[in-house]
Amino acid sequence: MAAIEILGLEKSYLTGFWRKSTKQALRPLHLTIEKGEVFGFLGPNGAGKTTTLKLLMGLVFPTAGSARILDMNLHDPRVKAHIGFLPEQPYFYDYLTAQELLEYYGQLSGVPAKERSTRVEQMLARVGLQNAARTQLRKFSKGMLQRVGLAQAILHEPELVFLDEPMSGLDPMGRREVRDLIQQLRQEGKTVFFSTHILSDAEALCDRVAVIHQGELRGVGKVAELTSQVQGKVEISFYGRSAPAALLSLGAQARVSGDMVNAILPEEQQETALDVLRREHIRLISLTPLRSSLEEYYIQKLQPVESKGAGA
Amino acid sequence: MKSRIASVAFNTFREAVRDRVLYNLIAFALLLSGAAILVGQISIDIERLVVVNLGLTAVSLFGVVIAIFIGIGLVSKEIEKRTLYTVLSRPVRRWEFVVGKFFGLTGTLVVNTFFMAIGVFLALLYVAHKFEAMDAWVLVALYFIVLQFLIVCALALFFSSFSTPLMSAVFTFALFMIGSLSEDLRGFASITRGIGGWLATAVAYLVPNFSALNVINRVAHGDAVPGRLILYNSIYALLYSAMAISGAVLIFQRRNLK
Amino acid sequence: MKTTRRVNWIAGAVLLLSLAGAVGALHAVDRIRQDATLQDTLYIRSSKTLRRLSLGYTGLLADIYWTRAVQYFGFQHHNDSRDFRLLAPLLEVATELDPKLLPAYQFGANFLAPKPPNGAGKPDEALALIRFGIEHNPDQWRLYYNLGFIYYTEFKDYAGATDAFARGAKLPVTNEMMPVLAARMAQHAGEFETARMLWLTTYQSTKEPAIRQNAVQHLQALQVDEDVTRLEELVAKYRQLSGKLPAGLSDLERAGWIRGTPMDPTGRPYRLMSDGRIEVDDPDRILFITKGLPPGMRSPQPKVAARN
Repeated sequence: MAAIEILGLEKSYLTGFWRKSTKQALRPLHLTIEKGEVFGFLGPNGAGKTTTLKLLMGLVFPTAGSARILDMNLHDPRVKAHIGFLPEQPYFYDYLTAQELLEYYGQLSGVPAKERSTRVEQMLARVGLQNAARTQLRKFSKGMLQRVGLAQAILHEPELVFLDEPMSGLDPMGRREVRDLIQQLRQEGKTVFFSTHILSDAEALCDRVAVIHQGELRGVGKVAELTSQVQGKVEISFYGRSAPAALLSLGAQARVSGDMVNAILPEEQQETALDVLRREHIRLISLTPLRSSLEEYYIQKLQPVESKGAGA
Repeated sequence: MKSRIASVAFNTFREAVRDRVLYNLIAFALLLSGAAILVGQISIDIERLVVVNLGLTAVSLFGVVIAIFIGIGLVSKEIEKRTLYTVLSRPVRRWEFVVGKFFGLTGTLVVNTFFMAIGVFLALLYVAHKFEAMDAWVLVALYFIVLQFLIVCALALFFSSFSTPLMSAVFTFALFMIGSLSEDLRGFASITRGIGGWLATAVAYLVPNFSALNVINRVAHGDAVPGRLILYNSIYALLYSAMAISGAVLIFQRRNLK
Repeated sequence: MKTTRRVNWIAGAVLLLSLAGAVGALHAVDRIRQDATLQDTLYIRSSKTLRRLSLGYTGLLADIYWTRAVQYFGFQHHNDSRDFRLLAPLLEVATELDPKLLPAYQFGANFLAPKPPNGAGKPDEALALIRFGIEHNPDQWRLYYNLGFIYYTEFKDYAGATDAFARGAKLPVTNEMMPVLAARMAQHAGEFETARMLWLTTYQSTKEPAIRQNAVQHLQALQVDEDVTRLEELVAKYRQLSGKLPAGLSDLERAGWIRGTPMDPTGRPYRLMSDGRIEVDDPDRILFITKGLPPGMRSPQPKVAARN
């Protein structure tokens, strides 16, 4: 069975002073996420990512449509025992210590009393907060809060984890750790659904991605497929102060930085270019075929569409 | 189910304690001791009267203020601060959350009242030098005050489930004032004729009846409180609170959290 | 969604049931607390203390006291008997808090002075109350009227009554009966007529239902007293002329002295007793009468019958 089946989920709000005008935060969304995959939900700010997550969490009620999570109705309370949620910029009861918070959440999630304290300790260690266990949350930095957020999301070992902008506010070290964590979850066979607007993370972590913009799904696809298309260009890096004329005549675009030159030219010219370098006794650093990046797919999908329902 | 409600309740209590709410006990203790000492200097025979009147009124008022100020934040503050997101993503049902909050808040007030009651009896002992049989009625007055708190908490929670903290405080406080005059309201309604009469009667019955729960003056004079009054007041307070809580649950069930 | 709907149903049911139950319990509490409200309010009898406690909202407090008084003593009361003992302190407190609370003085004038069970039986306090009222509201003719009324009905103090009515008659805004009543007092004029005038004026000058009904009952009683006196005089005259008592009132009719069967204000015929006295048909129904009663009987207690 699919981990998540979204069937036409839709959300509109009444806005304006007299509550007359409608704002559609999410147009009817159809999406399926398979078990065991890491799924990236991409889109700019305000695209509807958080709205979708809130709908799936039951924090907000849909105007239309439904969803099934782990083959149970979205609003079935039993679902909650199997999912974990990290909201964007999470807030927690700041008068509690990290340990108390996780204990409390463990109680609510039904973690048996016997295992609770060990589990809490383990989780804190896993997110690197073992030294801050008895510190009140009001003293936590943003990065620490994010880690607590992750801890509470996986505390009860849910099959399915939802993360809303998990990297936001983290320094490079923190981001690396989160990435590692997501990899671990994947290895444990869990399904991860996370939203982000940072494409490199998505590219590195996800099996599949979806692009959403202005409340509408613009495209879905496997990351591997989307980035496997070779652009038909190669990038040659070599030592030197400038690109040889012979290279430029091949149609190369060169960029110099320090004593290194990067030149991009069509794939067909690959061999000829290497000959040029050999002739000129220029030392080669690397030769890389350029792949289309997720970024290009993303930007393309963000373009305004003429007709509705643009597919992948 | 019960353990989740209990968890929420305990956490609410913990929040109140860490929020230094119980420090009000210090202010109360100071007030009461000051009054007891002062009263000891004035004429005889009314010290008991003053201590009981003052003490119980303070217990009642302090408690109502605390109930309102914590109660209003119970739900609306959590929604504003978004602490609710990670709580509601867990198996706890929305109604369990509301009920748990209610028990946590009333629990806090009961504990608070307990300590205050000790203070009152100590002050009484100090001025009267001994306990008399009629002092037992003070316990009944305290019990009624706790019933009062039940209703106020339920109301605060009810308003908190759909309006901002400020408006919740205003509404709850307003209902407390009106409720203290509810018997007069019903009397007025019974003399009024026509549509005005019907409307006044409806309002008069919907408004919480705090006047019947105030027997402070009576026990200060050492008079007994009829057993039937205790019975019916208890039933009333429980039912009224249940009404307000179920209202809160119904509203919160369909609330979209921003 | 099923569980959510179930929760909604349960919560809705709880709400409605507890509302109904709460209202029921409230009724029960109210009944237990009937007198309590009034007793409660009188725990603090010192108006000075009350004034301080009211934080300046003396007017509101006075109104509350007054409303409670009306509730308790007015005709919408639940109980069958009215205990006037609490009336005096209640009025005292209410008027001290708000000396311009005119209705309170009216009530006091009508119900403080008469003896129980028709009133509190405190004519001196009634006088004091009215005098206090006059002190603070010197231009209200009704207060002078009340004063004169009490002097006349309770104390038979014609001098005091004359003075009161005369002072009231001099006010810029006054009732046309005032000078008339002053004159009658001064002349010690006929009791019935004076009394009738007084009660009529009372009836016409107020909208308060309790006071009105009281006035009507007094007017009816006056009628009965007058009728009985007249009928007994006729019986005596008949006896004098014929040497024996008439067999029935129809004899008087045949003699041409009365027309039709004489009825009392409740529509019942008067009865001629064997000793020549006239009695009302049902003595329990008419209040305040001093004549037409079986020997040894005094006018019965008022029952709060007229529930409109």
